[in-house]
Amino acid sequence: MNLWWIPLWPLLGFLANGFFGRRLPKPVVAKIACGSVGLSLLASLQAAWHLLALSEGARRVEQVLAPWIGVGAFQADWGLLLDPLSAVMLLVVSGVGFLIHVYAVGYMHDDPDFPRFFTYLNLFTFSMLMLVLANNYLLLYVFWEAVGLCSYLLIGFWFERKSAADAGKKAFIVNRVGDFGFGLGVMLLWVVLGSVQYAQVFAEAPSRLPASGGVVTAITLLLFLGATGKSAQIPLHVWLPDAMEGPTPVSALIHAATMVTAGVYMVARSAPLFNLAPFSMEVVAWIGGLTAVFAATIALVQTDIKRIIAYSTISQLGYMFLGCGVGAYAAAIFHLMTHAFFKALLFLGAGSVIHGLAGEQDLRKMGGLRRHMPITAWTFLVAALANAGIVPLAGFWSKDEILYGAFAGGHYGVWMLGAGGAFLTGFYMLRCYYLAFEGPSRVEALAAHRVHESPAVMTVPLAILAFFVVVVGFVGVPPEHGAYHRFVESVLAAAGGAAQHAAPVGEWPMAAASVLIAGAGIGLATRCYLWRPGEPERWAARCPRLYRWLLNKYYVDEAYDTLLVEPIRRGAVWLWRRFDEPIVDGSVNGIGALVRTGGRLLRYLQTGYVTSYVLSFILGVVAILGYLAFWR
Amino acid sequence: MHVPLSAYLILSAFLFVLGVIGVATRRNALIIFMCIELMLNAVNLSFVAFSRFLNSMDGQIFVFFVMAVATAEVAVGLAIILAIHRNRETVDVAELNLLKW
Repeated sequence: MNLWWIPLWPLLGFLANGFFGRRLPKPVVAKIACGSVGLSLLASLQAAWHLLALSEGARRVEQVLAPWIGVGAFQADWGLLLDPLSAVMLLVVSGVGFLIHVYAVGYMHDDPDFPRFFTYLNLFTFSMLMLVLANNYLLLYVFWEAVGLCSYLLIGFWFERKSAADAGKKAFIVNRVGDFGFGLGVMLLWVVLGSVQYAQVFAEAPSRLPASGGVVTAITLLLFLGATGKSAQIPLHVWLPDAMEGPTPVSALIHAATMVTAGVYMVARSAPLFNLAPFSMEVVAWIGGLTAVFAATIALVQTDIKRIIAYSTISQLGYMFLGCGVGAYAAAIFHLMTHAFFKALLFLGAGSVIHGLAGEQDLRKMGGLRRHMPITAWTFLVAALANAGIVPLAGFWSKDEILYGAFAGGHYGVWMLGAGGAFLTGFYMLRCYYLAFEGPSRVEALAAHRVHESPAVMTVPLAILAFFVVVVGFVGVPPEHGAYHRFVESVLAAAGGAAQHAAPVGEWPMAAASVLIAGAGIGLATRCYLWRPGEPERWAARCPRLYRWLLNKYYVDEAYDTLLVEPIRRGAVWLWRRFDEPIVDGSVNGIGALVRTGGRLLRYLQTGYVTSYVLSFILGVVAILGYLAFWR
Repeated sequence: MHVPLSAYLILSAFLFVLGVIGVATRRNALIIFMCIELMLNAVNLSFVAFSRFLNSMDGQIFVFFVMAVATAEVAVGLAIILAIHRNRETVDVAELNLLKW
């Protein structure tokens, strides 16, 4: 079993569609793109099967293709590592990725740049698979950047639209800020431990890095900075809502299921390091919790269907980091897995709605769509309830495990944030559903008579995802002792395991509390949007300033603009005017002017008269003779 | 009366400088040529004087070489001037300035 087949298929798809896509008919392009991811999925399944066949302690396969960089003491190879954590990620990426590729064939069908889209999607899939399989931090970093590049290309896919091009730029630049920290972290890791290979780092860290010491805290905080950029946490979350400018399948794949989860994966993978730095874990948990609530509050009042789901993603990623921060790494990855399914389903469902309404994304111009798009409506409802954490859907099991982990570990502060977020999640998710699918139709007349359910190539993936949303949670049942947990135990052992089971409150009462909290949120939404329409507007009118703050996302973008973007831009303009133009351009132009002037002066020697040439000749002879006669 | 070597050399130098000034100053190509010949003859005088005063035949032998070269040079030079005259209807060097910038 060669691990390299897993990323190879999408790479081949990328090359094939990249070079020949425009000359091939659309069905062929689609088959190449979807087929390559499908083959990756099969290879991933085979890899996971192989792993299950190994005994619990020995679930680790490392394959090195070739050495890459060997400079002095530094060694990094093209190496892949398969263990339970990467296996879970592989299945998520290739499985959800495959369904989204199929869906995109329908969604992007009328787009003239069809081949380019699938080229980029395949490139992304390849990069993400390599990121997950990498066996050293440097390779991880390379593909971390690569998925960032693909994100830029795909967000700005319709680059003729300025907002899309700007959004792509914003995503890439904000990510680079995080990546700067990530890079520093990796370098510090090498300086201190002498290696960036996972095997060596995790083996030597406990003995060579003093626990709670400044070094390991610095390393983990820098790594986490990278994760905040990639996974859109405070303070680098600002790019993800703008990223909704990209086509909806892109939002589903990259900004819900896979790329943004790379940060969580990286933190989970670095668990041995984080376990040595309790301060960093506190930071991770608090940022996760605060982001979860922060994003949820913004989602309460948004009117664009994709924006709500985007903020929901930011919020759920916050939950995942909350889980990592309290040591419940397995729970965080479990939530990553379930979230991939229901968030992708939400985005694809939103895409189906947008497709059916010929481009409308504003919830205020939707309503009553369940009658016209029943499959979309039902799958969306399932996903929304899963997101809110309603038993027995997938989201319940994973989110509840995180909250239990927080409570049991004594982290009551972040637990409260998580619980509050659950209430808000229930509210905004059902608000979104009701506004889109229930109630009277507010669809504009022009689109109204063309509202239709999406074609099978789009609704079948929706149905498949809905099926998974219902069942996939059960791999983690019973909580902390399910099949999933036994599978990942060798890699994701929780920190402070003993404290976990000495909780003052039992597992099931907490679960019931979670459902009640979410149910309260759902109930409030039902009251506001189903039974008593008009009530939200009255509430908004009673606290206009708060409403405006939420609607404008707490003015974070505006703050960054004033504090960072404008000064940098003005600095750049100043440099351009005072340095680039006069000095750099001046030197280059100056050399040209010098040559020109020199030529203009030397020209006078060319008189054309033989006599003057003879005179020069004579003067030269006199000079030489004089030198020979008098100076030597 | 014994004529000292310096007299011959001074005369030779004088004739040479005369030739140089002529080449640098005159406008007629034929006159310039005659001045070149004057320079060559001045040098010849110098060679013969040294031959006499150093009692060596080398100087006089070299004069033969110089004369042979002068002859050849005159042949070629006059041919060129003739060609220029046919082409430009003038032998005034001040008129030949096509290579001026």
